Amino acid sequence: MHASTTIAPTIQPVSIPVRELLPWAIFGSILMLIAIYFVGVEEGAAAVFNSMYVHEFVHDGRHLLGFPCH
Amino acid sequence: MVRSLLIRGMIAGFLASLLAFGFAKIVGEPQVDRAIAFEEQMEQAKSGGHEHDAMPELVSRDVQAGIGLFTGVGVFGTAVGGLFALVFAFAYGRVGTLHARATSALMALFGFVAFALVPFLKYPPNPPAVGDPGTIGSRTALFFTMIGLSLAALAIALFLARRLAARIGVWNASLIAGVVFLAIVLLAQWLLPEVNEIPDQFSAVLLWRFRMASFGIQAILWASLGVLFGSLVERLLEDRHGALRIS
Ligand SMILES: [Zn+2]
Repeated sequence: MHASTTIAPTIQPVSIPVRELLPWAIFGSILMLIAIYFVGVEEGAAAVFNSMYVHEFVHDGRHLLGFPCH
Repeated sequence: MVRSLLIRGMIAGFLASLLAFGFAKIVGEPQVDRAIAFEEQMEQAKSGGHEHDAMPELVSRDVQAGIGLFTGVGVFGTAVGGLFALVFAFAYGRVGTLHARATSALMALFGFVAFALVPFLKYPPNPPAVGDPGTIGSRTALFFTMIGLSLAALAIALFLARRLAARIGVWNASLIAGVVFLAIVLLAQWLLPEVNEIPDQFSAVLLWRFRMASFGIQAILWASLGVLFGSLVERLLEDRHGALRIS
């Protein structure tokens, strides 16, 4: 299907219109930030669940990824 | 298009996190284990102990160091990849004439500096046994404030570079933007309060190794994300060029 994978230097990259981008940017970034919250913060400085299970489960990752934990 | 980019970003982020996990497992985990051993020693010596560790073990060390670490790094990598893709969707075609792979690589470099390196220098990662549980709230707030200011400095620098490039050339504009970024970051780091909660007897070597492991994880994650994402989306965007040319 893709016989050639080189881009001719004359072709300008075409940007994606902001109107098309915005709904995805809002939806996507909320989803991603929630995921980062559960790895980095949940049951440390704040808690949605209240068992310390999430905190303890991702504990090593949280430390090694640089989030304040203890 | 944005949906395809987002999915590819998450895939690239997950793949990058596999490499980061391998490094974390081999280089990082031994340091975590040593820090926990030190923590237990200290606790036995004091016999008081603090809340965080006085609780019965909810998750075993094996799970924490195995599937727990894998999940933590994997979810983080996938999420960073997703955010990366969304920023890329905006940046692509708006940063001069840079193509997909170069845009991705440059973004990964900027992302690493602003999102990982700058916070690392002000509030370096700490192993277990370092840090007072009583200050976790303020330390978390300071950490994310540092990330926010760092990202703001990056945004200002990029905006400035774009505005100046037309008048004084890309090289000079980049130099000025770099200096502005550095100035804002240094000012922020100077103004934000210091956190130093390292126990007196904690091994300096162990602390250094833990922090270097953490640094390595971030470096691997961002570098492989930048390369993988660029390769994954190049073809997708190139097809779009083709479609646009025909129409
Ligand atoms: Zn911890």
